[in-house]
Amino acid sequence: MAEKIFTRNFDRAGSHTLAVYRETGGYTALAKALRMEPPAITEEVKKSNLRGLGGAAFPTGVKWSFIPKGSTAPKYLVINADEGEPGTFKDRYLMERDPHAMIEGMIIAGRAIDSRLAFVYIRGEYVKPWQIVSGAVKEAYEAGLLGKNIQGTGFDFDIVVHRGAGAYICGEETGLLSSLEGKKGWPKIKPPFPAIKGAFGQPTIVNNVETIAAVPHIINRGGEWFAGLGTKTQGGTRLYSVSGHVVRPGVVEAPVSVTLRSLIYDQCGGMRDGRKLKAVVPGGSSAPILTADEIDVTMDADGLKAAGTMIGSAGVIVMDETVSIPEALMVVARFYAHESCGQCTPCRESTGWIYKMAHRIVEGKGRKEDLDTILDVAKRGAGTTICAFYDGAVGPYVSYIEKFRAEFEALIPHEA
Amino acid sequence: MPKLTIDGKEVEVAAGTNLIEAARQAGVEVPHYCYHPGLSIAGQCRLCMVDIEKNPRPQIGCNTQAADGMVVHTQTERVLETRKSIMEFHLVNHPLDCPVCDQAGECWLQIYYMRHGLYDPRMVDEKVHKPKAVPLGPHVILDAERCILCSRCVRFCDEVTKTGELGIFNRGDHSEIGLFPGKTLENNYSGNVIDICPVGALTDRDFRFQVRVWYLDTGRSICNGCARGCNVEVHTSRRRPHHNQGRRIARLKPRHNPDVNQWWMCDVGRYGFGWIDDDSRLLAPLRRTGGADAALGWDEAVTALAEAVKRYRPEEIGILASPQMSNEDLFVLQRLAAHLGVAAVDHRVPPRVPGEEDDLLLRADRNPNRRGAELIGLGTGDARGILDGARQRRIKLLWIFQHDLLDSGWPPADVTAALAGAEMVVFQGPSANATSAGAHLVLPSAAYVEREGTFTNFQGRVQRFRTVVEPLGEAQADWAILGRVGRALGGADPAFSAGRAEQVFAGLAGQVPAFSGMSYRGLRDAGQAVKA
Repeated sequence: MAEKIFTRNFDRAGSHTLAVYRETGGYTALAKALRMEPPAITEEVKKSNLRGLGGAAFPTGVKWSFIPKGSTAPKYLVINADEGEPGTFKDRYLMERDPHAMIEGMIIAGRAIDSRLAFVYIRGEYVKPWQIVSGAVKEAYEAGLLGKNIQGTGFDFDIVVHRGAGAYICGEETGLLSSLEGKKGWPKIKPPFPAIKGAFGQPTIVNNVETIAAVPHIINRGGEWFAGLGTKTQGGTRLYSVSGHVVRPGVVEAPVSVTLRSLIYDQCGGMRDGRKLKAVVPGGSSAPILTADEIDVTMDADGLKAAGTMIGSAGVIVMDETVSIPEALMVVARFYAHESCGQCTPCRESTGWIYKMAHRIVEGKGRKEDLDTILDVAKRGAGTTICAFYDGAVGPYVSYIEKFRAEFEALIPHEA
Repeated sequence: MPKLTIDGKEVEVAAGTNLIEAARQAGVEVPHYCYHPGLSIAGQCRLCMVDIEKNPRPQIGCNTQAADGMVVHTQTERVLETRKSIMEFHLVNHPLDCPVCDQAGECWLQIYYMRHGLYDPRMVDEKVHKPKAVPLGPHVILDAERCILCSRCVRFCDEVTKTGELGIFNRGDHSEIGLFPGKTLENNYSGNVIDICPVGALTDRDFRFQVRVWYLDTGRSICNGCARGCNVEVHTSRRRPHHNQGRRIARLKPRHNPDVNQWWMCDVGRYGFGWIDDDSRLLAPLRRTGGADAALGWDEAVTALAEAVKRYRPEEIGILASPQMSNEDLFVLQRLAAHLGVAAVDHRVPPRVPGEEDDLLLRADRNPNRRGAELIGLGTGDARGILDGARQRRIKLLWIFQHDLLDSGWPPADVTAALAGAEMVVFQGPSANATSAGAHLVLPSAAYVEREGTFTNFQGRVQRFRTVVEPLGEAQADWAILGRVGRALGGADPAFSAGRAEQVFAGLAGQVPAFSGMSYRGLRDAGQAVKA
């Protein structure tokens, strides 16, 4: 069994407290980072091959280096704790059971990008994580780990914990920034990118909770060590949120090189009630579906990309033979229709349209041209919008139908 | 200045120009809904996609700045397909109620569907239903089902008027434009959201259901509502005279002029045209003796006026000119006063209630040509002195242009005394009012849209307005009436015998230094600033 990094404290009593965090080496990375030159921190993170664990899998160190050099503008670090991707619940565990890892990572990242003020944007439904993170931030202030002149180094760093109001789109990096600014959670047009003009018009880095929680480990044990845990293009272990028809669903930590088969059968005890595996969504609801024959893939960003899907948020949704794929599509389509922010025309109009067609098919009122219409509409809208929301919705629309077309066709009445 | 190629045409544009504007300069139209040059970039409608070489997929033109060496294609197969798709998305939930929609005929959904859509509709499900016929304020009514959520109206209220009445509420295909709680769309520029709405979502309560737009004709004019002189289009209903309740002027729309009003106009000006087709218009010269009215022909009227003028010495004549009159009218009047040696001429009649002013367009002075009157030298007298002169019977012939002195800033008792004190009161103007009702001789002037000429706005910009409709009844342009009177009085000034406004203007440019060097045609649409 591989070494546990993110989850190492999950089962310790009081793991969310500063005292327990310190017992296991907490805040030693901060002490080290405060003695490092900021560019050296970014370099170490680049070396680690840490890639964004929220969905886009963008190299974290590279992202940090996009902050304009020598800029005297205030720079913000924003933690995306709006974990909203269906099938994903790992950040919740991290915030509830190891909030100081995130806070320590934030301070280190703040030093790396020359930020003095950071925000944690927590989804509104996450009441308990919000309470625990708020308590941990308070503890950190009291211990002199946050605020003015941290540990006598002259470095000032503040954290504001902010609650969202429950919109999937506020997990999109710029939708989140709009919401944080007090506006409607609409993604922003790019350029400018957040690293140039983000929150409140200032250079901003947005990182996922898990991504930032990896940073103290990287600083403590070195980028090379972290890189060595994973594949050639992605370092580390990561948290997989496994849900659905497995024997032991839950948050599983594994190296990113783990195969989907191993995740299901070794880590989660295989299929429940001896049933047959039918399909797996490997990276949250936006990831194209894999059939039972396609699970010998490594669960890193590039492995899944090669398999025509994506790692996304690593929310693994396992479906057994009892699942109706058309119904699953209808449910997913309803979600995207409900959550589209409505800003861009293709997404606003076609998410609702596709849901209506999917619903009609499940109701037995499908028309023979509906399937091709859904595929055509989805493909025509793909890549035409401000943010990746619609491309995420297209993943299930297209893959569910293309891989399980017969099942859809069986629901469509034959014309007399 | 970046030089780029668009559809094979090389064009050099100012730095910061986006690809929609750069294409426009190259003579290439990039269709768009949410982009408006007077508003921030929203990038929402996704219609303005263009292909840029070395880019893996089409980009929106509105948010892409022209760069040196950029090669842009607006007619590639995938751009055309993308446009078609975006049009289908825009229309998926649209009610397609063109037959009862006021926007039909000038709707960008119709125009772009024909140019870029032409797909076979595939939507067979129930469309999303949203509120219809919702009044947002005194002038604007919303049909949320027709709305394409381009957010132009929201951005206008946020960025131009900074009043923030509108927002987009709800999400996804349930998104809709609406008022924030407790707000009403009643800022003085509310009508502009109707202009910038590319579809039939926001329509004009005043214009609604009056006339189909394809029966309208358009003329270029200058708003006469205040000293700004916003450039406008006058839309007239003449082809179906029974439409628009028989009224000729259907609506005013702003006309872009970057130096004056940009794309906008205020509601005061926009809805201030009702008087032009009102029953109060004066239709024929009129003599009033002993309480009895007698209609006159123009020859008789001019003779009557000339004879009256001859009866008095120059110092017994007072003239209250109007800053509603054009430069040409005022110039001929000035020449006439000079010919007669009348010094008591002024245009400064105070308003009963001073107009409100804002920092966008609207000026407190509700007259379009105060500056022209000043520059032409019609402020030599003293308006109040003229009134008092009449009251004290020193002035015996009082010639009043347009003003209703009884509805002015002067005490009505003083005005009544003056009108009673003068032996002869001549009223010349387009509309009857309490002052004209007591005049001995009434001469009907053509309204500004019924003749052509120029106004000089408060910034000194001389701007042309055109003949849009024919004068009502016997009404004539003031300069023409004044010319006839001048000739009847033996004046040889060429201004008195001008046949066209352009000829009068030439005289003005020759004799009034501020206008020197200008030519009527040289003013073009943008106008020209007077010499400082």
